[in-house]
Amino acid sequence: MKIKVLGAGCANCQALEKRTAEAVTLLGLQAEIEKVTDYGDIASYGVMSTPALVVDEKVVVSGRVPKVAELQSLLVGAGT
Amino acid sequence: MKALLNTDVQAIPAVRSSWRVWGGLLAAVAVWAAAYQANGPLWQWAIYDMSGFASDNRLGSALEFFFFDTVKILLLLAGIIFAVTVLRSFMSVERTRALLGGRREGVGNVAAAGLGVVTPFCSCSAVPGFIGFVAAGVPLGITMSFLIASPMVNEVAIVLLYGLFGWQVAAIYVTAGLVVAVVAGWVIGRLRLERWIESFVFETTLRGQPVDPSQGLGWVDRFAIAREEVRTIISKIWPYLLAGIGIGAAIHGWVPEGFFVKYAGPNNALAVPVAVGLGIPLYSNAAGILPLVEALHAKGLAIGTVLAFMMSVVALSVPELVLLRRVLKPRLLAVFVGVVGTGILAVGFLFNLIL
Repeated sequence: MKIKVLGAGCANCQALEKRTAEAVTLLGLQAEIEKVTDYGDIASYGVMSTPALVVDEKVVVSGRVPKVAELQSLLVGAGT
Repeated sequence: MKALLNTDVQAIPAVRSSWRVWGGLLAAVAVWAAAYQANGPLWQWAIYDMSGFASDNRLGSALEFFFFDTVKILLLLAGIIFAVTVLRSFMSVERTRALLGGRREGVGNVAAAGLGVVTPFCSCSAVPGFIGFVAAGVPLGITMSFLIASPMVNEVAIVLLYGLFGWQVAAIYVTAGLVVAVVAGWVIGRLRLERWIESFVFETTLRGQPVDPSQGLGWVDRFAIAREEVRTIISKIWPYLLAGIGIGAAIHGWVPEGFFVKYAGPNNALAVPVAVGLGIPLYSNAAGILPLVEALHAKGLAIGTVLAFMMSVVALSVPELVLLRRVLKPRLLAVFVGVVGTGILAVGFLFNLIL
């Protein structure tokens, strides 16, 4: 599973990255988390509010930082 | 009461949780209203009756001012940020873009400025937002009206103006802010400066289905988001707020009446440009600066100067300009600062003249 956290280093982006890592660990997933900070790349996902979460090239969250539990279910949902 | 709820309604978890959410909200509103009402009498009693300050004691009145204002502004911030965030959770940048697509200039600028106020939008998203608008065909000037109104007419500025200066000043600020956003965006659009947008913006292809953050939220989620927003904003600004109110209290107590009339009264034409210039680097400190400015106003700083200063602090901030530089070439950035700055100056001069 390839996970990308989109955002150019704002506080919320860091929070999302941290929570996503936590959710991945809790689920015991084999996943690689990448940070995308280039604005062109971020915009190319059609994302207009950061932070955003992309799982296997699909945007699943944009403009908010969900709780770890919600991220877990999002990751499970996206993986199947 | 709590035990009764737990046993009686446990069979229907959805009902129980909605009881809890709306009951919690109602309780919070009641506590908030009681605290707001009690704030004035409480400090009167604590400072003059309990601590024995004479009613004309400078330290006593400065302390009362400090505690009363701090609690009042914190309560207003919490209440209004919560309400605004809940309302805004029904909107999203995605929906705003869809509403603005294909609008003509003029009407489009007005719509964009209005939507800038109601759309949840963090200035940290200014760049992806800009690319998303322009690459989807929203005209530059209309995009600019949105990007100017969004930070300018923000809830923290409005709360502080309302709490410190009263609703008339807050209303003037909102109206003037919208006019500046509409006119500045329209002017930038008329100038046809698309060639000064960084070219990668137009080369960006929008693939993928955008996710609308406002979709699929229940009331519980909206309240949770709003609570989180209140916590984030207040934990970020409280030190500045306390410092600003503290210095403001000292000015109220010890600076002579009318002190600033001489230097920054309505007749000093230089005061407005100086205020606008000072406002540009002061972004994160808006919460601390306004209480200070209120004290200066009480000693004679003119109201138009206050409004221009506030607008400059929020709409022309260095961090935002640094962000916009990613998508705007230096010339367009300079035009942006020039046009918005001129609008703010006009607001300052106008209200110094008529109020």
